[in-house]
Amino acid sequence: MRHVVGFARFWYDFVVGDDWTIAVVVILAVVLTDLLVRAGYNAWYFLPVAIGAALTLSVLRAEEGRPPPPASRESQP
Amino acid sequence: MSDNGSVRSLLLFAAAFLASSVEMVEALTIVLAVGVTRGWRSVLIGVAAATVALAAVIAVAGPALGHLPIDALRLGIGGLLLVFGLQWLRKAILRAGGLKALHDEQAIFTTELTQARDAPTIEKAGVDWYSFTVAFKGVFLEGLEVAFIVVTIGSSQHNVPLAALGAVSALIVVGIAGFKVHAPLSRVPENTMKFAVGVMLTSFGIFWCGEGAGVAWPGADLALLPLLAAMLGLSLGLVAHLGRRVPHAVGSA
Repeated sequence: MRHVVGFARFWYDFVVGDDWTIAVVVILAVVLTDLLVRAGYNAWYFLPVAIGAALTLSVLRAEEGRPPPPASRESQP
Repeated sequence: MSDNGSVRSLLLFAAAFLASSVEMVEALTIVLAVGVTRGWRSVLIGVAAATVALAAVIAVAGPALGHLPIDALRLGIGGLLLVFGLQWLRKAILRAGGLKALHDEQAIFTTELTQARDAPTIEKAGVDWYSFTVAFKGVFLEGLEVAFIVVTIGSSQHNVPLAALGAVSALIVVGIAGFKVHAPLSRVPENTMKFAVGVMLTSFGIFWCGEGAGVAWPGADLALLPLLAAMLGLSLGLVAHLGRRVPHAVGSA
């Protein structure tokens, strides 16, 4: 069981990483784009704008009050 | 192959090559530290076992994904790639902007070296299990990350062989470099590579998710280029912003 949890944890850390809100925004943006296309709008601009905004907000949130950490070992990218 | 297809293929190869190089440099650091300290036999057995396990994972996952409809694949895998690419890019931006420590292969090598020296020797069937386990785990986990990248970006474009070629090229280049210097590749500009890969994976992810949702991109495949330019511009802008606010900023991607 410990190995299964560790393996799941590895994939979560690898794919989702430090900020889970990015994953949520991506899912919402993809679903909304799909709905817009189904409704007849060629909403090619929606995904780039949503993703750009998600990245910007995530970086700005990380900036709030976090001093640079010392060099340390990290297993994730 | 059309110009559009060539651009896409070139970017696919570059993304697979760069991303795989970064992961392989990390695996090489672990393997070198244990091999130098405790001998190479058990380490090489661990590397071989991990390679076989990885080949089995790819042999199962690759063809299975190839049977899915392309639009569903692009939507699902593109979304996964987008989440992964974004968090990779975010981390590279924070590192370049001085908000996160840079990945230090030399420090990791020193830590691994110390741990390998201090660990007790337990031999079973002529294999030092510490060396085997550390080498297997390092190569398997970093290799899984490479496999994820190759299978996702390759299958989204129905061209896993080209992505695999990028990964194999990276293996050869990193392997030769590691063999020559016999030390961790600490001078590899790892964050710059991660930054570039993050921009590529995010742009690919946006493009494929859009295609999977049925979007008609202006300029078809060539839309990838302005997408790349926009993501690169935004990312560099964020690094510059952090550089102004954080006194310890590294200053470059």
